[in-house]
Order: sequence, then C-alpha cells, then structure tokens
Amino acid sequence: MPAHDPLNLHVPEPAFRPGSRPDFSGVTIPKAGTVRKPPVDAAPEDIRDLAYSIIRVLNRVGEAVGPWAGQLSDEELQAALKTMMKVRAYDVRMQMAQRQGKTSFYMQCTGEEAIACAFQMALEKGDMNFPTYRQQGLLIASGYPLVDMMCQIYSNSRDPMKGRQLPVMYSSKAHGFFSISGNLGTQYPQAVGWAMASAIKGDTRVAAGWIGDGSTAESDFHAALVFASTYKAPVVLNIVNNQWAISTFQGIARGGSGTFAARGHGFGIPSLRVDGNDYPAVYAVAKWAVERARRNLGPTLIEYVTYRAAAHSTSDDPSAYRPKEESEAWPLGDPIERLKNHLSVKKLWTEERHTQAMAEVEAEVMAAQKEAESFGTLHTGPKASARDMFVDVFKEMPPHLKRQRQEAGF
Amino acid sequence: MTMIEAIRDAHDVMMGRDDNVVVFGEDVGYFGGVFRCTKGLQQKYGRARCFDAPINESGIVGTAIGMAAYGLRPCVEIQFADYMYPAYDQMVSEAARLRHRSAGDFTAPLTIRMPTGGGIFGAQTHSQSPEALFTHVCGLKTVVPSNPYDAKGLLISAIEDDDPVIFLEPKRLYNGPFDGHHDRPVVPWSAHPLSEVPEGHYTVPLGSASVRRTGSDVTVLAYGTMVYVAEAAVSEQGIDAEIIDLRTLLPLDTDTIAASVKKTRRCVIVHEATRTSGFGAELSAIVQEACFYHLEAPIERVTGWDTPYPHAQEWDYFPGPERVGRALKRVMEV
Repeated sequence: MPAHDPLNLHVPEPAFRPGSRPDFSGVTIPKAGTVRKPPVDAAPEDIRDLAYSIIRVLNRVGEAVGPWAGQLSDEELQAALKTMMKVRAYDVRMQMAQRQGKTSFYMQCTGEEAIACAFQMALEKGDMNFPTYRQQGLLIASGYPLVDMMCQIYSNSRDPMKGRQLPVMYSSKAHGFFSISGNLGTQYPQAVGWAMASAIKGDTRVAAGWIGDGSTAESDFHAALVFASTYKAPVVLNIVNNQWAISTFQGIARGGSGTFAARGHGFGIPSLRVDGNDYPAVYAVAKWAVERARRNLGPTLIEYVTYRAAAHSTSDDPSAYRPKEESEAWPLGDPIERLKNHLSVKKLWTEERHTQAMAEVEAEVMAAQKEAESFGTLHTGPKASARDMFVDVFKEMPPHLKRQRQEAGF
Repeated sequence: MTMIEAIRDAHDVMMGRDDNVVVFGEDVGYFGGVFRCTKGLQQKYGRARCFDAPINESGIVGTAIGMAAYGLRPCVEIQFADYMYPAYDQMVSEAARLRHRSAGDFTAPLTIRMPTGGGIFGAQTHSQSPEALFTHVCGLKTVVPSNPYDAKGLLISAIEDDDPVIFLEPKRLYNGPFDGHHDRPVVPWSAHPLSEVPEGHYTVPLGSASVRRTGSDVTVLAYGTMVYVAEAAVSEQGIDAEIIDLRTLLPLDTDTIAASVKKTRRCVIVHEATRTSGFGAELSAIVQEACFYHLEAPIERVTGWDTPYPHAQEWDYFPGPERVGRALKRVMEV
C-alpha cells in the first residue's frame, strides 16, 4: 500500500479580520466601459466571460462610458439619485426608530441602494419581484407609500400585514413585491414558478428572484436554477453579493467557484456580473436581462458586486468579525456619491441642488414618519388587533380556531 | 453561568475530552454563533474542529451524518429552529433511520442544537417550537433544557449518546429564567440556584424528568420556558401544585409523570407550541393511559394558539401565567 500524507480540512478565511488593515489594491476591478455588451439572444456558451468580469459604466471621474452606457435620460438620472437618497433617509429614520424602542427590529440596505432602485426601473407593471429583506429600494422606487412601509415597521393599527410579520417583511401584489417570508432562499424557486406560470398562460409578465451571496448555498437556489434552465422560464435571477452573510464572508458560500455568477454556467444560464454600486450599469444589465425574459429567450443570472456597509440588522455588531475600516476601503465606492458625481460632471447637479434634494427627501420621510406614528408604534398607541391573529390562517376559520379565539377573549 | 455560557462550556468540555467532537453551523466559527453559544471554540480548537458552514441546513445535517457515520461526534447548530425545515429530510429519512436500516452497521451519533420558542419579538420565522415534529419521528431523541445546570449536563449526554439527539434551546431562557411576565424587568440567571454549574464533565441523563416543585393538588407538566411560567402561575394562584420539568421529551420519563398524577389526581400540560397534534396531546394520552382511574378532572392543555407566531400580538399568543392560572383554577374546581 502506498504511503499517503495525512489529509487536512480546508476552511476558507476572509482576507481581513478586526485588527488587520483592509487593503483591496490586489483586487482586479475592470475599467469602466471595457466589458462588451452582447446581443440579448447571445448563446450562453458565447458569453461565459461575462460571469468573470464586472460590467461598469461610471468611471473614476464620473463619466458614463462604454457599450452599456447611455440608457437613461438626464431626468431619469436625476430622479434615480433622489430615489436612492430617499431610501437612505428612510433607512436612517427607521434604524433610529428601532433604537428609540419604537419597533423591535430593522435592516438597512446602506451601500446597496443602486441595485434595487435601478432594477425596479427596468420592470413593467405586472412583473413580480421575489425580494429578500434588503430590497426596500424596489418598493420605494415603485412609488409604494412610505407611510405604509413604516406602519409595517411599527406593526401598528394600519400595518398592511396586521402586525403579524417581523419588521421589513413587506408585501404588495400591486407593486410587484411578493410577500417576504424571512426564511432564506425559499423564494428563489417561487420566482421561477411564477415566471413559468406566465409562460403557461401565454402572458407577457416576467419575474425576478432575489438572493444574497450567503443564501446561494441553500438547496433552493440550485433548485431554482435547474427549473429555470429546463423550462427557460422568463425570470431574472439576481444575486446580491454584499460580501457578508451576517459574520460569514462570501467565500464560505462561493467555495471553489470563481464568482457567484459562474454558478449559472453549469445550468446553461447566461450569467453576468455587474458593479452593484453603479446605477447606470445595474440599470443597463437589468434592462438586458428583462428583455431576454420578455422575448422568451429564458432566464438570466446576475451577480451584483457590492458591500454591506451597515450591520446585518439591528441585532448585529459587525465590529466583532470584520475591520471597521473595511467599508471605507471597499473599492467600488458609494452608489449615491458616484451617481451624484456623474450628474455633476454632466452639469446636471450642484452642491446646492444636492442640499436641497436632501432636505426634500428628509422632509418627506419625516412627514411620513409622523403620520405613521399617529397610527401607533410597536409599544405605544393604537395596535394591530389581537383578534386578527386568528384571521387568514385559512380562508374560512375552522371551528377549532373559532373556539380558541373565543377562549383568548378576542 | 447563563444558559449560553453553560452550553458553550459543555462544548468546551467535550471538545477537550474527545477529538472526535466537531462543531459547525452558520456563523458558528469565528464569530461564535449569533447567540454566542460557540464563542471562542474555533480560537481554542482550530478551524478544522469548529467552523462556519454555508447557509444550507440540509447540508449541515447531511454532512454531520456523514461525519458521524465515519466515527466523529458532530454537534451542529441550526441558527433558529424555524430554519430547520430544509434539513428535516436529512433528520427524518436519514439520521433517524440509519442504525435501523443498516442493522447497526452504520450509526449517526450527532447532536443538532437549535434555539426555539418566542418572547423576543421574532415573529413567525424566529419563534417556533417544533418539538412535536421530532418526537413523532422514531429514531430521534428530543431534549429541552430549562436551566444552565441541566443545559450543560444534558448537552454532554447528548454528545456522548450513540443516537441522533435534537437539542432544543429555549432562546428566551438564554439570559434569565423568564416567567412570562414580559412587562417586568429581566431576571438574570445569577440570582437562580440552577445557574450554579460545576466545572468540567458531568451529565444529566437523557430520559429523566425533574420535579421542580413538590405538591399535592395538581401536576403541571412543562418543559423549557414554560417551567417558569408554571411556577409563576402556581405561586400566583396559591395552589399546591407539583411541577415536573420533563427535560427530555423522548425518551420520556413516564414513571415520574405517572407517579405524580396518581398522587395529585389532576394534570395540566403546558407548552408554547401550537396545540393541535402538539406534544401535549401525547402527554395527555400517556397520562390517561397510566392514570385514568386516578383522575378527578379532565386533563387541561395550555398551549400556543393554532396560528403562526405573530409579531405585534406576541403576548396575546404566548401562553403566559394568567392562562396557566385559569387552567389550574378550572381543574381544581372540578
């Protein structure tokens, strides 16, 4: 029997932990404008390189360059900046409300605003997102009322979810936002099924699945890809790679795969990787993928490279597992700053205009908050009804639940 | 010690004694778990024995079964019991039956820990008590500790056990003995005698209940958080109840239960999980079978309602001391 060296277990570790100085200078970031734009009916085997690069539009000085640039009007770009600012202002207020004890929990999307905000603009009415808990930008960009969002956060008497769900688990069929479950990855195959239904019925709607880097490890992610691949479902499968799954760095879910986008290759799904902090790039890639879906060309997988600048949630303290400076050192910058810079370069924005826009979004968010709080917060004022707890378990309340509700005194 | 410290200590003792004990799960490695139950273990025992897992619960349990079959003793964490469903196939079809279907050729000595129960405003995805989904499966042992002393001793027993053990940790008890009075200040473990945890190795055997209060009027069967809720209700009603902390649901200590109910002739069962087909139904059947001719009142169950665990209405859902107290009064009035 030949002698062998002992095996040892490989456990990946992130490059930087608290106490070390984050240095991303060794990370290859392709120059903006250098990644080609294939036709939407390109064969997946001809565009495999796009899963290993990063599609970028905004360059270092704020110009929009390359084949993916030029898809948005000046007015759309200005509105986009304001939408992202509104999302951030909303997050700041709701985070603060949680700290003030007005609700139990909150999750910010700081640094990831461009992804949801730009993607939403590529959809049409009737399309459906199956979001994770960090896509509040989809709702805000679709014009969903901030007051309704806040009432959900407060679980108050006007909460559209009647106080049942954890804060941020919104739902709005009218705004193409599927009810968030809170379990990870479960809704990725559902997005594929929704898209298959549109094809079965001969409709023209498309679906979008959303998942984080960490949750791509779930079996449901792979189930979604095999169904999407087999039935060429009209779905866009989005992976938001924000580098951190609570304390676990993306390498634990990615394993030996070069990128998350490359996961699509084994399924023959066209797979693209895009700078998630670059609003025009996100929009252009989303448009491309949505058009593919709409033209019955099948699914597209998109990996958005971004960074979770804030904590996972109000229950998390990232200083225990990553350097505090890592967010600042992150090489793709801040999506709001970058779009603002672009608009300034185009002479469409000034510091004065920015200050004014900031004041406007803050006033809008604060007015909405005041109104939402008039309907109660989690611990004070009018509440979601306890009687409602027994409603919607079934369409018709069965006798045993009626008895329990009576026993409960509601 | 708090319950968290006791659980961490049990891991530490077992990893120190037995190289075959490995620990993994989501956020379990460097960070030490979102509830910090594995804090410091990676630093002490190295990355090959305590590590972060990809977010895939069926992968966590499936690989743990493979390791256990190889000869290791994995102790894995599912971040919240509410996330265990993707792993259920591995638990039910694989871990639970491996010994039986291979006629003892392969076995799966693994422990699967998970925080359960509500009371932290976790709503429907961070509050569930799925114990009956495990006790219904032949081949799984199910443990629910209620205090730091038992948590350490039971977890050591679970890791040393040669069969798969589901170890349910009532998360509302992690930092103190919560009695359901949510509007009162949190009581820390330091004030409770069962937070005295011996150093080093000791066990609390699986399958043995603990009589937490002796009494003659009625037997209260409870486990986990509900032990303290029952204590509060009993003291507020001024009833001389015997409170039994089941500690292990399967194997169940039916002797202790039957002896108590034959003595008190009345029985109230309390659990936080939903009522229909809950573990209380099994307990009720067992008490009826063993004690029918001794009973002087119908057996009562106080449970969570048959609805998803709500967020805003958490305390309307939670079976607190008032509801337990009403049930105690009802059985005493028969």
